[in-house]
Amino acid sequence: MQTALAEDLRVWPTDPRLVPIAEKVLEGRRLDPEDGIALFESKDLLAIGALADWVNRKKNGDRVFFVANQHINPTNVCILRATCVFCSFARRPKEEGAYTMSLEEVFAEADLVRDTPIREFHIVGGLHPKLRLSYYEEMIRGLKERHPGVEIKALTAVEIAHLARIEKLSVEEVLLRLKAAGLDTLPGGGAEVFSRGVRATIAERKLAAEEWLQVHRTAHRLGIRSNCTMLYGHVETYADRIEHLTMLRDLQDETGGFLTYIPLAYHPDNNELGRRLGRTGTATTGFDDLKNLAIGRLYLDNFDHIKTHWIMNTPKVSQVALHFGVDDLEGTVVREKVYHEAGARTPQGLSFAEIVRLIKDAGKRPVERDAHYREIREW
Amino acid sequence: MVIKGESKPLEAQGAATGLGTRARPAGRGRELPILSTVAPRLRPPTPEGSAGARKSGPKQTYVPPPLESRPFAAEIREWLEVLETTPLLELGARADAVRRQKNPGDVVSYIVDRNINYTNVCVTDCRFCAFYRRPKDAEAYVLSYEEIGRKIDEAKALGAVQILIQGGHNPYLPLDWYLGLLRYIKEHHPIHVHGFSASEIELLVRITKLPLDEVLRQLHEAGLDSMPGAGAEILVDAVRDVIAPKKIDASRWLEIHEAAHEVGLLTTATMMYGVGETWADRLEHLLKLRASQARSLARGKGRYTAFIAWSFQPLHTEMEDWDIPLGTGMDYLRTTALSRLVLDNFDHLQVSYVTQGPKMAQIALRMGADDFGSVMIEENVVSAAGTDFIMPEAEIRRLIEDAGFKPQRRYQDYTPVVEGEEGCPCCRWREAPAAAKVQEGRGD
Repeated sequence: MQTALAEDLRVWPTDPRLVPIAEKVLEGRRLDPEDGIALFESKDLLAIGALADWVNRKKNGDRVFFVANQHINPTNVCILRATCVFCSFARRPKEEGAYTMSLEEVFAEADLVRDTPIREFHIVGGLHPKLRLSYYEEMIRGLKERHPGVEIKALTAVEIAHLARIEKLSVEEVLLRLKAAGLDTLPGGGAEVFSRGVRATIAERKLAAEEWLQVHRTAHRLGIRSNCTMLYGHVETYADRIEHLTMLRDLQDETGGFLTYIPLAYHPDNNELGRRLGRTGTATTGFDDLKNLAIGRLYLDNFDHIKTHWIMNTPKVSQVALHFGVDDLEGTVVREKVYHEAGARTPQGLSFAEIVRLIKDAGKRPVERDAHYREIREW
Repeated sequence: MVIKGESKPLEAQGAATGLGTRARPAGRGRELPILSTVAPRLRPPTPEGSAGARKSGPKQTYVPPPLESRPFAAEIREWLEVLETTPLLELGARADAVRRQKNPGDVVSYIVDRNINYTNVCVTDCRFCAFYRRPKDAEAYVLSYEEIGRKIDEAKALGAVQILIQGGHNPYLPLDWYLGLLRYIKEHHPIHVHGFSASEIELLVRITKLPLDEVLRQLHEAGLDSMPGAGAEILVDAVRDVIAPKKIDASRWLEIHEAAHEVGLLTTATMMYGVGETWADRLEHLLKLRASQARSLARGKGRYTAFIAWSFQPLHTEMEDWDIPLGTGMDYLRTTALSRLVLDNFDHLQVSYVTQGPKMAQIALRMGADDFGSVMIEENVVSAAGTDFIMPEAEIRRLIEDAGFKPQRRYQDYTPVVEGEEGCPCCRWREAPAAAKVQEGRGD
């Protein structure tokens, strides 16, 4: 078996622990948590990448998706300012640098891209104690009126649950009202790491795992598809990571509503956690970034798409990741703020032409997509 | 932009270093400012400097030479075929196998050193360079011997086992300035001196009208221990004509390195890609280096110890607005892997974390590279072009270990640093005679 498969795989593991895992993957069998942990423990980077690449090619061929999008962060005021210690973006209401955009300001920022081929607004922000559901409804409705062709991916599960709480509504009611206003999909943020112990350390007061999953479960039931994420590279163990991925895989088995999985690299600068860990200036490694993407591809066998977020991973690593099981290069991301506050040294946006060039240079076929991965254009 | 430090004429400086008035070249009327502090890193050109106005020029078009006209044409064609048909990870795995065979033991080495750029004055006007200043520029500088000595002491206190000393092509500095500097270093601040790239050597040959091997021999005797591989850029003259028309051509670069080997010096070799060249150009570069190494190995004296590839960094250079497709992550890893496969007579391959960033550098350790380069205590040239990944040693060790390797401090000749050992083994032999020579050579 090994010879035939090795030929198909082109890079056979040099780490003996990976051999049975490789056989499982090539036979289309699901990986167990122990397999996932073994993959994270292994240093056989190229074999892990080659396996993930093999799986990705079966699903997506040589297509690499991207979207022309703009990020809008309406506010950085957040009631979790003191307890989400990994965050560099949030501010208390009166803290220096705190801001909240009026709807006019949101519309003005969106108007900056009127003459560009932007297809998606990605809207996330802090948990503002006073911004009501109506603010977001009007924002979404107003954006849809002004930019009819643009899709809206807005509000993480954490923000949805926060709105439900301050409005004394159910999550379902909040989602239905946002959907009626024009919400297309939910972003995958706020998942962090589901493990109770990790959450107690890095995001004590944030929505618990079950509640996060319940928001997405509800959204999927209402026909709102969503993304999911994992924030790695702080205090979590490999077992925590695999537990997290298992919970995502289980919900995907149940609903099929996740569009894509995006591992997010923790940035240690300018936040409390980075100071506590003494990690200032030490971002995640290239190995860890590529392994999180590749293992996401291998473990989440019921996901179509795995996305690299070049904002954290750098454009160079993200391009290389296209050979490690990744089929989505995110987007143009005009004016990224959240990660740049945490010390990301990447550009705040990539041009359309640059994204197309990076994908082609990796030997892949660029496909511009909409929010539901429908193909808009090919190059 | 205010540059700290006093301006002193060369003459005054010469007196302070014991060089006497010979330091001032005859027939040169102008006195250069001597600065006691090097310009801060990441400094854009200022209006007071002429750099802003000077460093822009029309885009040059590059027409690659046809494959048939190139040396090693058949082999270039074969490697192009390999590149075309081998996916990234397979190419990387092949390079990784070669690397493990050449460097068994799962070790990734690195050296603690300091880059000292003794002058930024340069008359070669390379279009890709953000570091140099023309002689009359307000930001032009030459470091004094004392300043260089102070930098060495700082570096040694931090564990440095070498200095890398390089500078612009400064026509105001005679050979005696270099010889005096080397003797001064060896007498007062002894350390391994890795210095003066091929194009600086060529300048000295032209200034002194001495034979090449004589210049190298004098430098070596005065204290030069090894020579860096800078200035290679792309060793294809058609490319050099576009990016560095006044710099030595490819064959002269190779000739100078082979002459240095003949004198007994170890050297390194580099490639700066991403300047608009083709894969055939990169391959021609690698194949020329392999042939050069074969000649030097046959002579059995010095050799190239390592190869380092990095990508062009455009900020503040004349080529900034040329709209050249810059080196990508794929480019870097494929270039690294390909270099490991082609350069089968080179022992070591260094990553360039300064230009590629720590993440890419770490990934390259699994695609052919076995050395993390230097833990730099100072770096000015790449920083001047806007790229600035400087890392502490602990971070470099973390990255190496995270990739599954054992980090190992080394000397220039790749022998491991042993606790309690004093000085570099490759230059230890000459400490006693060198000291004697320094005494003789001093003018005061």
